[in-house]
Amino acid sequence: MNIVVALKQVPDLQQIRIRNRQPVLDDVPLTLGNIDKNALEAAVTIKEAQGGNVIALSAGDDNIEDTIKEALAAGADEAFMVVDDQLQGAESSLVATVLAAAVKKIDDVGLILFGEGSADNYSGQVGSRVAEILGLPQVGYAVSIEVDGSTAKVTRSLEDCDEVVEVNLPAVITVLADINEARIPSVTQILKAGKKPKEVVELDELDAQLPDHSPVETLSNLAPDSQRKKVVVKSVDELIQSLAAEGLIRR
Amino acid sequence: MANVLIYSDKANMALELITAAKEIGADAVKAVTINDNDAAQALVDAGAEVFNIENDAITIADTAAVASALAQAVEQLGADTVLLSSNRRGKEIAGRLAQIINAGCLTDVTALQVNGDKIECQRNALGGATVATQTITEAKKVIAIRPRTFDPAAAGTGGSLNSLQVEAKPSALKLVEVRSKAGDSVDIEAAEILVVVGQGMESQDDLPLAQELAQKLGGEVACTKPVATDKKWLSEERIIGLSGKKCKPQLALLFGISGQVQFTVGIRDARVIASINTDENASMNQMADYILTADLKEVLAEMNKAL
Repeated sequence: MNIVVALKQVPDLQQIRIRNRQPVLDDVPLTLGNIDKNALEAAVTIKEAQGGNVIALSAGDDNIEDTIKEALAAGADEAFMVVDDQLQGAESSLVATVLAAAVKKIDDVGLILFGEGSADNYSGQVGSRVAEILGLPQVGYAVSIEVDGSTAKVTRSLEDCDEVVEVNLPAVITVLADINEARIPSVTQILKAGKKPKEVVELDELDAQLPDHSPVETLSNLAPDSQRKKVVVKSVDELIQSLAAEGLIRR
Repeated sequence: MANVLIYSDKANMALELITAAKEIGADAVKAVTINDNDAAQALVDAGAEVFNIENDAITIADTAAVASALAQAVEQLGADTVLLSSNRRGKEIAGRLAQIINAGCLTDVTALQVNGDKIECQRNALGGATVATQTITEAKKVIAIRPRTFDPAAAGTGGSLNSLQVEAKPSALKLVEVRSKAGDSVDIEAAEILVVVGQGMESQDDLPLAQELAQKLGGEVACTKPVATDKKWLSEERIIGLSGKKCKPQLALLFGISGQVQFTVGIRDARVIASINTDENASMNQMADYILTADLKEVLAEMNKAL
């Protein structure tokens, strides 16, 4: 069984700076999203327990290869990359169309794993869209996945309850960061990563009808205007008096 | 005029969506309920035109089935805009529904504004570092709105209860068990005052001091993600931030919080923020109304004594 893990290359969010409310992305390195690492770890854990083959799948521009190497080091067996300039930072519907078409080119897919949302946009649409395009069942927000032959038992964590569901495979599953702690690859694994098989395809090699325009237009993207008083208080007394003066405590 | 259809698996969130629908100019709000007579009645009482789907073949846990049912409702009712709640269930449905009906989709929307023929939606981007204003240019729109963005609709007139027939395919998914989350049913989003603990708290033994303060102020204790997921000192229901709750309390007292954007995105709408930290250069202080550079344990003890 092939376990496909969809991975998104994102800017390292810790290194984004804000200048005049504008995000500054120059020189910010690109990396794997954190929740994507958990999805990969879940795939590798399933493979280690039951066998199978983990395929790291990603769509983006020429730069994605470096990021996908991180996934190969962290336990993916091979990589499948769709490369085109228009895929970098592309809108969810386009990405989903491309990823679904790529999955169709891979044989014997049992599971397609995603993080619950990408680290940067966190829209959580792509997994659901891919499931619909491929006509597969889906379970979101998984905190545990046990594969048993042609089904998987998945625990979905919602705000107020956990649901245990049994889903027929193949299926799309999105995971929460809580599902595991992603391993940090060893030096040997990093060195071996370069030698693992990689398939790079271009858009016209996929059998997909791509949307001809983005259904979403971004009008602005600015850091929130934070107008805080930034009053430095010297003591607990002064803090309490200030808060009381605002009618917040000792009402 | 937008022809708006709303759906949430939670009746209270569906009531908020009625308010949202009116905000974007819908005068008659159509609401779908699935196998939930109580929710249907609550929405009728709030003045919505309710279309109740009764079909045992649809389990709410099966996103494919729910999205398919909603897509059929969109078709039958001639809706162009679907509002969903952006709780986990709603977010999961959103992408699938949008794919079926060929809609543009935005999730986790925190504000809506109509500008001419555009519905401008705000949502966090770049991991919460920025707030993007986006609009869907497709004729069909699926918008998932964060819970509590709008007040629930009050009782209203003109509601009606109708039944809607949809087809359901055999499900590829079986619900085996539902476990309610153990113990902690705290609702930090509803609290007017939050005492928030970060990694600057060195010992779990100091936690009762924060709990005492929260109790004295009539508030709740909340925390940053690592305090719950790594240290496990508090339940995950108390996490504030991008992957936790977004809170708008009157007052947030932050103890030992450095101020990473993944956290601040969940508290930046508080009316007043006080940051207590030993590091006077903590980036949290740039987003605070009151800044006290001191040992949090001593401050907690002193506040408990004084209040």
